[in-house]
Amino acid sequence: MPDVVLAGVGGQGNVLSARLLAETALRMGYDVKTSEVHGMAQRGGSVVCMVRWGEKVCSPLVPEGRADFLLAFELLEGMRYLRYLSGEGTAIVNLYRLDPLPVLRGDAEYPPNAREVIRSYAARVLELEARAMAAEAGNPRAAGSVLLGVLSTCLDFPDDVWREAMVAVVPSKAVEVNLRAFSAGVAFGRRGD
Amino acid sequence: MKRALLSGNEAVALGAWCAGVRVAAAYPGTPSTEILEELARYPDVYCEWSPNEKVAMEVGIGSCLGGARTLVAMKHVGLNVAADPWMTLPYIGVNAGLVLAVADDPGMHSSQNEQDSRYYARMAKVPMLEPADSSECFEMIRAALELSERHDTPVMLRLETRISHSRTVVEYREERRTVDLPYEKDAVKRVMIPGHARLRHPVVIERLGDLQRESESSPFNRVEMRSTRIGIVASGVCYQYAREAFPEASLLKLGFVYPLPEKMLHEFASHFRRLYVVEEMEPWIEESLKAMGIDVVGKARIPRDGELDPDVVARSLSELMEMDTGVRGGGWSPPAPRGTPPDQSVLPSRPPVMCPGCPHRGLFYALRRNKAVVSSDIGCYTLSVLPPLSGIDCQVCMGAGVGMALGLEKAFASSEANAGKAGKVVGVLGDSTFIHGGITGLIDMVYNRTLSTIVILDNRTTAMTGFQDHPGTGRTLMGEETFALDLAELARAVGVESVRVVDPWDLAETEAAVAEEIAAPRTSVIISRRSCVLRERQEGFPYRVNEEKCDACKRCLRLGCPALVMRDEAAVIDEDLCVGCSLCAQVCGRDAIEGVGGYA
Repeated sequence: MPDVVLAGVGGQGNVLSARLLAETALRMGYDVKTSEVHGMAQRGGSVVCMVRWGEKVCSPLVPEGRADFLLAFELLEGMRYLRYLSGEGTAIVNLYRLDPLPVLRGDAEYPPNAREVIRSYAARVLELEARAMAAEAGNPRAAGSVLLGVLSTCLDFPDDVWREAMVAVVPSKAVEVNLRAFSAGVAFGRRGD
Repeated sequence: MKRALLSGNEAVALGAWCAGVRVAAAYPGTPSTEILEELARYPDVYCEWSPNEKVAMEVGIGSCLGGARTLVAMKHVGLNVAADPWMTLPYIGVNAGLVLAVADDPGMHSSQNEQDSRYYARMAKVPMLEPADSSECFEMIRAALELSERHDTPVMLRLETRISHSRTVVEYREERRTVDLPYEKDAVKRVMIPGHARLRHPVVIERLGDLQRESESSPFNRVEMRSTRIGIVASGVCYQYAREAFPEASLLKLGFVYPLPEKMLHEFASHFRRLYVVEEMEPWIEESLKAMGIDVVGKARIPRDGELDPDVVARSLSELMEMDTGVRGGGWSPPAPRGTPPDQSVLPSRPPVMCPGCPHRGLFYALRRNKAVVSSDIGCYTLSVLPPLSGIDCQVCMGAGVGMALGLEKAFASSEANAGKAGKVVGVLGDSTFIHGGITGLIDMVYNRTLSTIVILDNRTTAMTGFQDHPGTGRTLMGEETFALDLAELARAVGVESVRVVDPWDLAETEAAVAEEIAAPRTSVIISRRSCVLRERQEGFPYRVNEEKCDACKRCLRLGCPALVMRDEAAVIDEDLCVGCSLCAQVCGRDAIEGVGGYA
């Protein structure tokens, strides 16, 4: 029963990515639960979404130390939610830095060793420039679909189910670019193996 | 049968539509907002954004009396605003069913307090159902409407953030059956003069007895017997947490939560040496059980503040459960991480911030330059409380910035300790919240001759909850064009002597207006007007720092713009984030920030 935590910054699109992942799991016939963040917390704040599926899911929240996958949309946020990852968990990390206000203001330092910390904690780490790859696919805001493409190579959901879910969940004008971004992630994931 | 992954809010909307709701009213508030947004997508149901929750409730009362099944939705603090009609509605009863869907926010993801709405069910003597997932949201809305009609009472459907904003699987038939009941005048029942109300209160009390009997046999209350060594009572999402934390425990899952099924609880309790209650926020169930003479462990172990999750539940109770069962951790197996995760307390926090180009920024910069004492209310602009703008002195609820400004001024006026401050008071609020709760305060200011200034941050939408329309936008929830309330005309009409409109992207104009109005001995209103940048993409090119000219004075950083950062002794603008508001260029003393021409 896989548990996935998606950590990022409000506006990066991880709520949509969580929906897409959940919709795919639903189409595979699983019981699925997600939790999302709306409202004030989204305004450029730290945003975490969770997706769980299996025969039967109880809590929509993943307990700390239980997640099989952490999708880090941003390095600091990856670090912040690392505690959810299990001892065997995989971190899929977008090598992207967005300075939070205390850093912009000069009151705090962006952790210089974020990559190393994630590497040393997760059992397996897949690092990529998802934002740049999404930009190449047509829109840097589709980075979430690149990360999901990588995740898909670790799961056993057929490609066409992902694509059906994409059409169902993503606004129609953004489907094409997200499909391309997803494929870029898949290609990266396969190379990684 | 269809099978879909729905949020609790979407499931409430779908359930309401299938159950034949014809009228629905709400004021947006996280985590309840999507209920009405979603319902408005369905055909043949009138949906409205009301100016505030009290009006929404009143619309709902009229509509259910008029024979239409009705849904009213709000967040927990909204029910404080609607509490006046809510408390008397049970006296007059309904005609067609009325359900109040109210969403609590434990952990305060998007709220100013952690109040527990369940007390409002008990206080009003209104039955309350509480779903544990989206599927129950869907089922319970119909059950609640039927219960409402069977017992001639409003019904509360109590939600929480993790129910409203979790997606879970719902299997349903998309079938709608409407109810259309005749309206008949019955003044003794529906006009609550004291003589009538004295007749009705005993009816309300007697009704509680009938409801209690329904609760005993409700399919939403059920016992899941497993081990007889651990017994847990829980409702809502806490049921899910308890189930996951202690899979072997026996559970009494409550769904018909008020009135509680007393016999069922006594019977369940008799099986266990020790009974646990897992609930978020207040010891609401716990107190009731103790009043019934059932000894339980609840808030003595489980936190009363913040959100629960399976972890918190397990850690709070595993020690006692180990004693009950003799099994290590009571059956909870703590996860085994691969080392120590980074210490959260040393990581830089990432609070929500005002967006690049946010029209509120210029106004708060101007207030700060004028050293104003600022009372505020609730919206995106509340985020200006954080450094560097540090723009707000006090804030409690919607509309309150106006009345608090008046009170501050009156206290300062007769104070030696605060000499000079009386003339510095400014109340700020948003366009939507001004209409929600600020208008009566403004009338008070004029009526009682105050000298303070009110700023309405008019970004032409209800931004924080996701861009809902309101009476000032000229569009309804159902997408119809309508009259747009003119805030300036309204302020003049209630007697405000000086009303002016400024563009907060023009710092010189905004600062001058604030300085003048603070100084002038009269009640004044400044409308700081510019559309939300997220709502309407605005013209303008990104700006860039000329490193030759920048002397790293950091003045531009005082704006708190997320697109601006200091790197290697010069400011840098993230051109992806910059929307070209030009505020940083306006504050720069070295003309070091320049527009990037030709970039779209």
